[in-house]
Amino acid sequence: MKRIDHSEASSKFIKATDHLDFHDKRLWDLRQKRDRESGALPEWEALRSLASAIKEHTLTHLSQYLEEFERNAVKNGATVHWATDAAEHNQVVYDILRSRGARTLVKAKSMLTDECEMRPFLTNRGIEVMETDLGERIQQLDDEPPSHIVVPAVHKLRGDVARVFADTLGTDRKNSDVHYLAESQRRHTRPYFLKADAGMTGANFAVAETGSVVVCTNEGNADLSVHLPNLYIACIGIEKIIPRIEHLGVFVRMLSRSALGSPITQLTSHFRAPRKGTQMHIVLVDNGRAERLGMADFWYSLKCIRCGACMNTCPVYRRSGGLSYGATYSGPIGVIIDPTFNLRKYSALPFASTLNGSCTHVCPVKINIHEQIYKWREVIAARHQLPFVKQEAMRVAGKVLSSPKLYRAAVETTGAGIEHLPRFMMYNKLNAWGRQREVPTAPPYTFRQWYLKNRADRGKK
Amino acid sequence: MSSRDEILARVRRNQPAAVALPSLPVFAQPAGPAIERFKAGVTRMGGKVVDPPADGIEALVERLFPDAKVIASAATEVRGNRALAKAQPADLADVDVGIVRALFGVAETGSVWLTDRQFGVDSLGFLAQHLVVLLDPTRIVGSLHDAYRDAGAFDARYGVFMTGPSATADIEGILIHGAQGVRSLTVVLAAP
Repeated sequence: MKRIDHSEASSKFIKATDHLDFHDKRLWDLRQKRDRESGALPEWEALRSLASAIKEHTLTHLSQYLEEFERNAVKNGATVHWATDAAEHNQVVYDILRSRGARTLVKAKSMLTDECEMRPFLTNRGIEVMETDLGERIQQLDDEPPSHIVVPAVHKLRGDVARVFADTLGTDRKNSDVHYLAESQRRHTRPYFLKADAGMTGANFAVAETGSVVVCTNEGNADLSVHLPNLYIACIGIEKIIPRIEHLGVFVRMLSRSALGSPITQLTSHFRAPRKGTQMHIVLVDNGRAERLGMADFWYSLKCIRCGACMNTCPVYRRSGGLSYGATYSGPIGVIIDPTFNLRKYSALPFASTLNGSCTHVCPVKINIHEQIYKWREVIAARHQLPFVKQEAMRVAGKVLSSPKLYRAAVETTGAGIEHLPRFMMYNKLNAWGRQREVPTAPPYTFRQWYLKNRADRGKK
Repeated sequence: MSSRDEILARVRRNQPAAVALPSLPVFAQPAGPAIERFKAGVTRMGGKVVDPPADGIEALVERLFPDAKVIASAATEVRGNRALAKAQPADLADVDVGIVRALFGVAETGSVWLTDRQFGVDSLGFLAQHLVVLLDPTRIVGSLHDAYRDAGAFDARYGVFMTGPSATADIEGILIHGAQGVRSLTVVLAAP
């Protein structure tokens, strides 16, 4: 499996400056809206602590809550399936569809089904799968994975969407009016809701106490996907369980405030039982989660409620785009989840971070994201997964930084040297800091030289 | 071993040391009457709130939607021109205006709580182009905590907090009301 080279992949995104500027601003705007909402609730920090503790409690008692959820779901008339990995998940879904003779599936957005690469699996077996969330649909039609877990096509501008829709839905190529594009998708999708054999959603929360599947959306597509077909399939990662209905108060209050800076999603839907004469199937999926639960440093990532706040605030994510991570989950949360799926493939991702801690600060369930990123770097270095250049650079840096004498000599000569070095010495593959930016002019003296001259004698007086 | 038993065994083996479940405190509500916060919440999320008109809700619907041809009402006090009793979900594809009574509202968010019992046919709340929701103004709780504290209220087969009309901002963050569900949501503060 080839290692994902995040900085190489992001260079393409960075070259499209219109896209980069918009992406950066749009996500920072979401972060600011999130700040306004969280700041307006005096109990915000108390809610974060509660959310974190409820999740930690649930995860440390997960087997009993999974069994309780299953019991209640079955009592409600749903059929519960279990899948150890992505392949089994896809097979289970296909078998449900095939046994009912279903050929068309309308689905709401689900990161889990992206993680399992379910769509190509079903499509190859003759099932027509339609993503019905606007952003996810744009990505499906453009044959790209989502670049953000909440706003899947956030890296695209309206002109890109106009091109994709013109090529696939036959819309007017020259019309990139956003209302026109959204309306075109609404009209195109509606007949599919009416004729689909099956509908599918993921889950934001699964409530053990009642066996309810809770889905938070804005567009209405999840409810349409459930209410029209006679077969409903909910695909749920086992970490989505929460103990009781009352806990929804904590999580629903935080989810959309963290994600989009709105007090709640337009729709918070609670699917408990199938309507008369129809079937409801629930697929509980492990796919590495139970194993992650046993990783002392990393199990906290299972608290994640997929709000995307860490992505919106991350300077690296905002300036490199989700697709450059080459994984289902991008941004800071992706950086700490992806290596659990494949350490070698995703070994470069924990280095796509400045470790500024902003992700941890905005996380509604208090995941120590930046600390986990640092821990992954240790794991990757220990398992010799560092690329050669980074290994050499770090070895030399480690030597220099651990010796004050060497450090001073290096700083003093570098400052003097930058001015006179030929460009090829500064801007080459060995110096990552010389890529995509000009190194600033060095000051005439180092901090130490300035301090010795101006301040050193003060301490003695 | 079945996949179920395999997953549960792996989870049991890997569960970290037990963390206690915290109890939920009661948070203070912001100042001001709940009804005013509710109205502000609905408006913010793109919906409208109106007082009940003297000439009745049917007249109001006619004024709000003069071009509407198909009106389906799941609320007993309003008559539409499309019967819901025997309707299949897809039959409601041509409904211009749906009318339904909510069980309660939430001041914090401007949400209304609707369940399968109120809708009669669940698809009414999503296939209709416009939705009119009747809400008893005395039945507004302060926060989502208040709403979720009573688990009994959530034993419906299907229930939804609807907050304004369906919306999307998936293209360049431009907010559009009327994504795939209803294009507009009007809450009428009418006691039954």
